[in-house]
Amino acid sequence: MGSELAQTDVGDTVTGGGEQKETGRFKLSNLFGGSTGPLLGLIALCIVLSFATDSFLSLRNFLNILDQITVLGIIAVGMTFVILIGGIDLSVGSVLALSMMVLGYLNIVAGMPMGIAIIGALAASAVVGIVAGILITEFKVPAFVATLAMMSIARGLANMITDGSQLIGFPPWFNLSAIIRHGGFLTTTVAIMLAVFVVAILFQRYRAGGRSLYAIGGNPEVARLAGINVKRSTVLVYMFCAMLAGLAGVTLAARLDAVQPSIGIAYELDAIAAVVIGGTSLSGGTGGVGGTIIGVLIIGVLRNGLNLLSVSPFLQSVIIGLVIVLAVAAETFKHRKK
Amino acid sequence: MASPDAPALLSLRGIRKSFGPTEVLHGVDLNVRPGEVVALLGENGAGKSTLSNIISGAIQPSAGEMMWQGATYSPARPKEAIEGGIAMIHQELLLLPHLSIAENIFVGRYPMRHGRVDRAYMEKRASQGLQRLGLNISSKRLVEGLSTANQQLIEIAKALTLDAKLLILDEPTAALGGAETELLFKQVEQLKSEGVGIIYISHRLEEIRKIADRIVVLRDGDKVQEFDSADVPVRSIVEAMVGRSLERMFPEIPSPGEETLLDVRNVSASDDSFSNVSFRVNAGEIFGIAGLVGAGRTELVRAITGADAIASGQVFLKGQEVTPRTPADAIRNGMVLVPEDRKLQGLVLDHSIEENIGYANRQSVTRSGWITKGWVRKFAGECIEKFGVKGQGWQDADEMSGGNQQKVVLAKWLARDPEIVVLDEPTRGIDVGARSTIYEIVVELASRGIAVVVVSSDLEEVLGLSNRIMVMADGSPQGILDRTQANDVSVMELATQFN
Repeated sequence: MGSELAQTDVGDTVTGGGEQKETGRFKLSNLFGGSTGPLLGLIALCIVLSFATDSFLSLRNFLNILDQITVLGIIAVGMTFVILIGGIDLSVGSVLALSMMVLGYLNIVAGMPMGIAIIGALAASAVVGIVAGILITEFKVPAFVATLAMMSIARGLANMITDGSQLIGFPPWFNLSAIIRHGGFLTTTVAIMLAVFVVAILFQRYRAGGRSLYAIGGNPEVARLAGINVKRSTVLVYMFCAMLAGLAGVTLAARLDAVQPSIGIAYELDAIAAVVIGGTSLSGGTGGVGGTIIGVLIIGVLRNGLNLLSVSPFLQSVIIGLVIVLAVAAETFKHRKK
Repeated sequence: MASPDAPALLSLRGIRKSFGPTEVLHGVDLNVRPGEVVALLGENGAGKSTLSNIISGAIQPSAGEMMWQGATYSPARPKEAIEGGIAMIHQELLLLPHLSIAENIFVGRYPMRHGRVDRAYMEKRASQGLQRLGLNISSKRLVEGLSTANQQLIEIAKALTLDAKLLILDEPTAALGGAETELLFKQVEQLKSEGVGIIYISHRLEEIRKIADRIVVLRDGDKVQEFDSADVPVRSIVEAMVGRSLERMFPEIPSPGEETLLDVRNVSASDDSFSNVSFRVNAGEIFGIAGLVGAGRTELVRAITGADAIASGQVFLKGQEVTPRTPADAIRNGMVLVPEDRKLQGLVLDHSIEENIGYANRQSVTRSGWITKGWVRKFAGECIEKFGVKGQGWQDADEMSGGNQQKVVLAKWLARDPEIVVLDEPTRGIDVGARSTIYEIVVELASRGIAVVVVSSDLEEVLGLSNRIMVMADGSPQGILDRTQANDVSVMELATQFN
């Protein structure tokens, strides 16, 4: 894999937050925004699990992991941008549930075609994000509080749609999109996640808007004086984060073939964990989607491996907590040495 | 009143202080006797703050000795100075708004009784302190909402409950109105009669003449003059303050063009930091804005460049009304602000120089919204070369010296080819070599027909660089001097006028 990639010009492209110090020579970590530590951790984890279990190292299991991380992966991309500008979004789990309930209502209850139902679900999510963004920029509500409020409001709205009960009866192709592996390989939902990854990385590296997010997170006053519209960018970031949570809700609805308003509780914490493990600093300005993908994979591989090893879910959660501490401590240590 | 031959409360002998290779205090002597107000005067950067920080234990002198009440005194920390009876009242008040006055006075040393905070005792002691200063407010009241003068007095009351024998007041009246100033002066007289020694730092020469018993003038780290009475003409004090220091080299200043590029009409701030300011700057002109700290210069230039809100007034650029509401507005119309604090406003310190230059020059490093590191590097490389930055594009901004950081900040904004450039304190905290490069850049801008506004606290710099100088005091322009009529004394006289 390394030799093929080395032919391309990856070594000379923009990486996150100026971590890259040399040019010319290809470094695998460049692809993931300089998050060498988490990448090494992921590789080590895969090697250990390959020896510890019979079934870990197989294409089928790998594809299973991709299926399992679809929802988290899509949410974590949006969360990365929010954290990159120095914010936080606690509402993504509730927004996911709201999106699913709007989807179910429009398609199953109101009888609209899936296409319109999906657009409706994403639009409802976008509204939540825009409101949070405006609360933060115009009314100076701290992001933590604004999105905490939106978490409660979105959850309440999701429950109100069906008065708390679940909806079933999507068209058959919808569920199949999460099951059928095209070419024996990718389900539609996994393909959506991979597409989100690619677009997000391209945006972050090669679009002026993406580079501006680093400036905003690094120092909003510097960004503002440099002529960047910080308020508008902030609202857009919260909007896209909410829309990605909504999109994750659509893929989850496809996998479950049903929607219910109590789903997605505490997903925001998983997403924040993936972002932090991936090396994006909670104070903003450094990190990126590349690291987050590794963070998502670490959580996905760890859960999968621990399941294969029949470790109890309670202990799994302890282990994931330890991984977060380890990742952040390593990052802090690296910074202090610098 | 203090008798002239009373033993000194505090006495400093040959105090020197160096920061790195630069010495900022060159052997200063100072005596303060009980019941005496010694005014410490000097321009910005003369060494007043360094000296008062040494006395209050915030920093340690490199050489020299201090005697306090007849014993050797060398505080390692502010706490030791406070325990010894020396208290400094800072310009920025350090009170906790959501706690009561009594709690503020005793924070960090709450009186304990039976393992609990003894509120009754605390409030009683605090009330005594307030009464001593003639303050008729309850010590249980929250600090929030008190007038600035009263907050200042609470800081003093705090010092008094610590049995302070020497107070250092740093610009105590900077935020006070006339009546509040009178109140403060009455309390200072009261403290004097109780034998408290006071070091009084202020730029307001008229009030110094009212309150001080002696005047000590510092300039460039030396004590240049000592007046044994405050009854001296303001002019003599100003002359001692500005004096003649080492000549610096300024490039030849080009003559301005005819066309007015920047026209500011009757602008006022929403928070009274400046009001009713008008001025015009022509193409190729360097327009200096001088004044003391707190005169409203930075607030003014931030407002006209859209960084802060304007309450009223208009800004015309090239004859068209623009009055920018955001920095982006100003930039779009060809006006850039190089802000005062490069670390907080100019650079993202832990990002690379390339990235930093790229942030302010999107149109040069993007093609229909796309951007690559290659384009950023190429563009930044040109800027780095053009402005003589000593460093590589991939280096983080915080790896560089102050002078180089400032060149990066200049490069960042000047690379846009603006027509109006506003520089706020362009050489603060940078060494002499880098300074002359920056002067050359400023003059080069003017000779290319750009209108340049330079705000500086460095009097010599404003005098050496500007075609015309506007002097501000207390938020109002006191006059605009032509290069030929401006000199250090005429500028300082205007800058110390308060209405």
